[in-house]
Formats: sequence, structure tokens, C-alpha cells
Amino acid sequence: MKTIDLAKQTVRDLNQALHDQAAACTETEWEVLNPKGQHNLAVGLDQKLRVDIKGHAGYYCGGMNKEADIVVHGSAGQGVAENMMSGSVRVKGNASSSAGATSIGGLLVIEGDAGSRCGISMKGSDIVVTGNVGHMSCFMGQAGTLVVCGDAGDALGDSLYEVHIYVKGEVKSLGADCIAKEMRDEHIQELSHLLKRAGVDEDPHAFKRYGSARQLYNFKVDNASAY
Amino acid sequence: MCGIVGLYLKNDKYQSRLGELFSPMMIAMTERGPDSAGFAIYGDAVDSGIKFTLRHEDENYDWEKLAKDIEEALVTKVDWFKNSKVAIFKVKTDADFVENYLHENHPDVLIMSAGTSIEILKEVGLPERIVNMFNLDKMQGTHIIGHTRMATESAVTMAGSHPFSTGMDLCLVHNGSLSNHNRMRQELKRNGIHFDTDNDTEVAAGFLTYRLQQGDSLHQALEHALKELDGFYTFTIGTKDGFAVVRDPIACKPAVIAETDDYVAMASEYQALTTLPGIENAKVWEPEPSTIYAWERGSN
Repeated sequence: MKTIDLAKQTVRDLNQALHDQAAACTETEWEVLNPKGQHNLAVGLDQKLRVDIKGHAGYYCGGMNKEADIVVHGSAGQGVAENMMSGSVRVKGNASSSAGATSIGGLLVIEGDAGSRCGISMKGSDIVVTGNVGHMSCFMGQAGTLVVCGDAGDALGDSLYEVHIYVKGEVKSLGADCIAKEMRDEHIQELSHLLKRAGVDEDPHAFKRYGSARQLYNFKVDNASAY
Repeated sequence: MCGIVGLYLKNDKYQSRLGELFSPMMIAMTERGPDSAGFAIYGDAVDSGIKFTLRHEDENYDWEKLAKDIEEALVTKVDWFKNSKVAIFKVKTDADFVENYLHENHPDVLIMSAGTSIEILKEVGLPERIVNMFNLDKMQGTHIIGHTRMATESAVTMAGSHPFSTGMDLCLVHNGSLSNHNRMRQELKRNGIHFDTDNDTEVAAGFLTYRLQQGDSLHQALEHALKELDGFYTFTIGTKDGFAVVRDPIACKPAVIAETDDYVAMASEYQALTTLPGIENAKVWEPEPSTIYAWERGSN
């Protein structure tokens, strides 16, 4: 295992060392010490690596990740795993706003709470939050799955496209064009599979499903007040 | 942009080290606000009378003469000490008497703050320079809030930097921008609130001053602020006994809070909290939008 101590080296040193693995992979296990809330940790990875960040991360941790499995042993700031392509990011603590924003693939697991706008404009990733999510989560979500084991804040799924949203707890309010939907067998299966992948022990039957009413896809003058 | 930081001590353990613990928090927020910085520290309280933070542009201003003038004119006792361009005056009389006397006889002396324990110190420049200028790391107290500014709405001046005084022992720091401050400034002026700058945060401070004058509690004043102020903001409000944190309903501007048995700390970013003792095991979370968080000595 390779250890990078950010008390002695810079974030650029860390990211360069991780990027170098894309061309020739010489070390798959990485440990990052003393992250102390610094921004842009382990961003833009493009290799099947395991990266353990031992502490709290700042903004955009694991952003644009491809293939790597990144674990934050603490909390993460805004935009964790933003625009993730594949691989996984796991946050042991809480995440700030815009977790998994615009993420295209891969799995994001937040073991604590996520702030506002979790999964905003997500485009195909799977996001599992063990705790609660804040307001405007999944705003304009296009594809993928958002699972919330706790409660969701105001305006969940506002202007939603085709993300499947599953919430176990209370939803404070639904956003425009987001509605509760029937939980069919295929959804129980999808959710069971995802909870298993995320290593979260929850009963899929306890969740409710939310999705798009598909009324705002194209502009209709009758809907003007909903925009 | 801008960075805000606050540190409130729940007990006596770190009171002698308040400034020392807070200095790196201010400096850590330099990237968010490199053009000016300031802080409001609460400590060294007076038992009777009022403590003023006064400032004069001339670093060699004769504060001793001013103290004597006040003693003679108001038949009172003044204890004072100088710190860079400011002086702390402890006067054993009513605040109004001193304020009126200064306005009429020494209009070149600025009143930065008034109260029993608050001192507001702020200047243009890098946070590290301002922290050193005022010897913050030697200061003691119960709580402190600070601000590093990256100006967006008005000029980079000492007067436009934070914290803004909002009344006796009260002050405000702000990360964000207000969009209805011009109209609100006009309304508040009609209600007798005075403004020194065209800064948006001064309007928020003036709004709180006005609401408190109308008899609101701090909590009620902040609830009114949530309804009336339009824009992006995370506010931290220093009070005589603690501080409060409020974010706007959209909560675009960041804030993180850390709590241990000994303190509550808030900052725009977690980076500013990493030097605090015991932070590794602190409860760290993000304050909810439109929610008033307050910590006060004696209440918890």
C-alpha cells in the first residue's frame, strides 16, 4: 500500500500520483493521511484503484471518478463524486450539498446525511444515502437511482426526468412534476440489488417510490405555472 | 465569496486561549476572502458602564487627550488602551452620552462597537496581517466571530468590511449577497436607521438593529430577516452571551458547524476548523436552511 501524507505533500502531488496509475498501474492500494478538509482530493482518477482518505474531505472529493473505489473515513464537503463516471465513492460521515451532482455512473454511498441538492442533475449513477437528504434533492435528475433510508427535504425530485427515487422515511414535499408511484416487483428487485451493492441492511418493502409525472418534459402553456 | 468563522466556548477551559485558537481559523479562510478581515471578540467585560471600540485614521491619534476630554465633559471615569488604529474605552456612564459627545465634538472618531464586552476590530488587508496587527492570538474571551472578505457588492474599505455592529454587544458577519438592499436601505433610513456605506451587509445589520428597537427578541428579528431579506446569505450573529447562525432558504452559501463538550465552532469550510483541539472527534454537520441556530452561555 502507498501512503500519501497531506501534511507533507500537496493535493497536486496526490492527484498526479493517482493519475500516473492510468498509464501504468504499479500500485492499487492508496491511503491518504491528514486530508483536513482540503478540496479536490482524488479527482479525475482513471484506474481500478482503492483509495482510503483517512479524515474529512473538502469540496469535489472523488469528482469525475472512473473505476476507482474511494472511501472517505469522515465527512465530505460540497460536490462529492460530482460527475462520477464509474467506480464507487463511499463517505463514512455526512456529505454537504450537491453530492453526486451530474454523476453519470458508478455508486455513491453516504453513510450519514447528505445536504441539499443531493443527486442534482444525476445522469445514470446510483446514490444510496443511509441518513437524510436536504432540499431540492434529485433536481432535474435524468437517469439512475437515488435511495434515501431516512427523510427527504423540500421539493424532492423537482423537474424530474427518469431517476428512480426510493425513500424510506418522510418526504417533506415533492417538487414540480414528481409524484409517488406504485412499488412493483421489478422495483423491489432493483432496490434489493442496490441496497446489497451498497452494503446497507434495509428492507426494500419499507420504501416508497417516487418518479416523474412526465408532464413538464415539453412546454405546454397549461403548465406555465409549474415552471 | 467571503469566509466566516465563529468560536463559542461552552466552559472556561479555553478562554485564555480564545485568540490563539481563532487566529488560524481566520487565516484558513484567506482563499475565500483576501481583501479585508475583521473579528468581534467578547471578553474582558465591564461590570458597570460601557466599553467602546473607537477608531481613528491617524495611528498616532492622541487617545489620552480624548479620554481626558470625555472625563471632563461627562464627569465620569475612563479606562482605555490602544491597539493599532483602535482604542478600547471603558466609560462609567450611559452609552448615549458618550456617542452624542463624540458625534458633536470628535466626529473624526469612529465608534466601531459599543456594549459591555464586545470589541470589533477590522481592517483592509490579508487576514494574517490583520490577525497580527491586533495581536489576536494573545486575546482572551468567551466567544468570537470573524470574517474574511472578497468584496462583490461594494468598495473594499475598512467601513465596508465585517463585522458590522447591530446594537449593544451585537454584530453580524455575512457570506453572500443581498439583492433587495437598496430598497430596504431607503425604508430603514425613513425609520431613522443610519448607514455609513452602500454595503449590502450593513443593510442586514441595520434591519436587525431596527427590529430589535421595535422590541423583537433576537430570534424574532432573525425570523423577520428570513422573510424580508432577499438574496444569498449565511449570517453569523454575535451576541453578548453567544452566537447564532442562519442560512437563507436556498442555502447556497456554505456553512459547517462542529461541536464538542468544550466549544461550538462554525466556518464556511471545514478547513478552518482543523486546528481546533479535539476536532477529530467533534460532531460535524451542516446547518439546515431557514433555521436559526443559537448558542448562549447559561442556556446549555
